[in-house]
Amino acid sequence: MADDYKGPVPVPTPETQDFWDGAKRGELRLQRCDEDDCDDVIFPARSFCPCCGSRSVSNFTASGRGKLYSYVINHRPPPGFGPEPHAIAIVELDEGPRMMTNIIDCEQTPEALVLDMPVEVAFTPITDEISLPKFRPAGG
Amino acid sequence: MEPRSVAIVGAAETTELGRIPGLSQIQLHADAALNAMADCGLKPSDIDGVATAGEAPAGIAHYLGITPTWVDGTSVGGCSFMLHVRHAAAAINEGLCEVALVTHGESGRSRVGRGGFAGAPASLAGQYEAPYGLSGPPSMFTLGVLRYMKETGMTHEQLASVSVVQREWAALNPRSTFKDPITVDDVLNSRMIAYPFRLLQCCLVTDGGGALILVSKERARDFPTKPVYILGTGESVETPMISQMEDMTTSRAFRVAGSRAFEEAGITHDDVDHVMIYDAFAHLPIYGLEDLGFVGRGEAGAFIEARNTAPGGPLPVNTNGGGLSYMHSGMYGMYALQESVRQMRGTAPAQVPDAKISVCHGVGGMFMASGTIIMTNE
Ligand SMILES: [Zn+2]
Repeated sequence: MADDYKGPVPVPTPETQDFWDGAKRGELRLQRCDEDDCDDVIFPARSFCPCCGSRSVSNFTASGRGKLYSYVINHRPPPGFGPEPHAIAIVELDEGPRMMTNIIDCEQTPEALVLDMPVEVAFTPITDEISLPKFRPAGG
Repeated sequence: MEPRSVAIVGAAETTELGRIPGLSQIQLHADAALNAMADCGLKPSDIDGVATAGEAPAGIAHYLGITPTWVDGTSVGGCSFMLHVRHAAAAINEGLCEVALVTHGESGRSRVGRGGFAGAPASLAGQYEAPYGLSGPPSMFTLGVLRYMKETGMTHEQLASVSVVQREWAALNPRSTFKDPITVDDVLNSRMIAYPFRLLQCCLVTDGGGALILVSKERARDFPTKPVYILGTGESVETPMISQMEDMTTSRAFRVAGSRAFEEAGITHDDVDHVMIYDAFAHLPIYGLEDLGFVGRGEAGAFIEARNTAPGGPLPVNTNGGGLSYMHSGMYGMYALQESVRQMRGTAPAQVPDAKISVCHGVGGMFMASGTIIMTNE
């Protein structure tokens, strides 16, 4: 797979390095505000809480589970993504944040892609350093 | 500027200066902003105005967790911040915001996470959206619509009726790019672009331009043209990443900008004679009608399908034909403003009889930003 990928490659910043290190290990990393009266889950990573402004936040490994929140099926894939239509999806994680992703191991059709179906994270390496979090139907 | 009417109460630089390889450029903005907030005892939710250069104001506002009612991204080089302070003072005096934050951050030496362009590989969009096979706005702006349809029950036919009705308006306008009538079937049989969006639900790509000149109401008397007065204004930003919207079935930026404009104008929705809603894609009039409060949640699709916004209907919307049929150069907002001015002057090709109040509502980016201008000819 890594050899096939010709799309844009993320460049981590100091604030997001933990996320990409986790992805390489096969872990989905999020952050949580340390303040007792906030407890906000933060994504994408930053060194403070955008809910309360606290600079005290901690990284943790998320469950990797969520549900399909919405999607489109892109019928004009960009160069490097093959000729077939593919879904660009939004997954809502059990911990709260939503993220853009692709749904794998699933027909890319409206019939197969059912909103609110449970999904679980599956990492796709695209370079030696970067693995993309993608999602597949849960329990498949 | 009224002298001594506005004061600076918080000020701070980044925690470190010199070489800071451990912080990206947007984090330098945030570090300085958090220090300035600490300097005067504020938190992000206390701030309602954001000005910045080097990064986009929507990016800074979303990163810090701010919902602004005033933003300024004036970027004229190193003195941008002096202009931001001046604009902020005017905005505070005018009541557009109460607490304005002006930020700067630049990884000039370490060059960590310097944006450069939207979707740059080290930007947040570059890391968390770009790798998933995107083909520009048709595959991104539309991402929340299936969710909207599930939650509200809007049908594909209702969404298609947006394009049909706007083509009817376009047919009345000699300058429209497309004038031939279309049906719901035509829309639903046009080429699939990004399911559920087909070709006739996506805007045109054309060339063009527009300009406006504003003066005080006193000076306006000196001009031969019929004056069109600004009655109310609103603005906001949410996020430059569509995946990070609070709720992908409604735009927070639309709601904030729209409610501020109506409040400032001191009017109700029943007072409105004419509406423009920036329609890069067919769902934008749907979101716009609901987020501006013209109809309730989930009602806009049926409202348009029932011809309420069509020629002869009680609430004329996008009377030039809109971005779907009139023209769309990329930053269409100027053409929406031009049509509102024509309607208020009484010179529009599809003139709404006796129109006295026009609401002109724009989107920036993909639900990233919003601006609402309410005009009147009285
Ligand atoms: Zn917090």
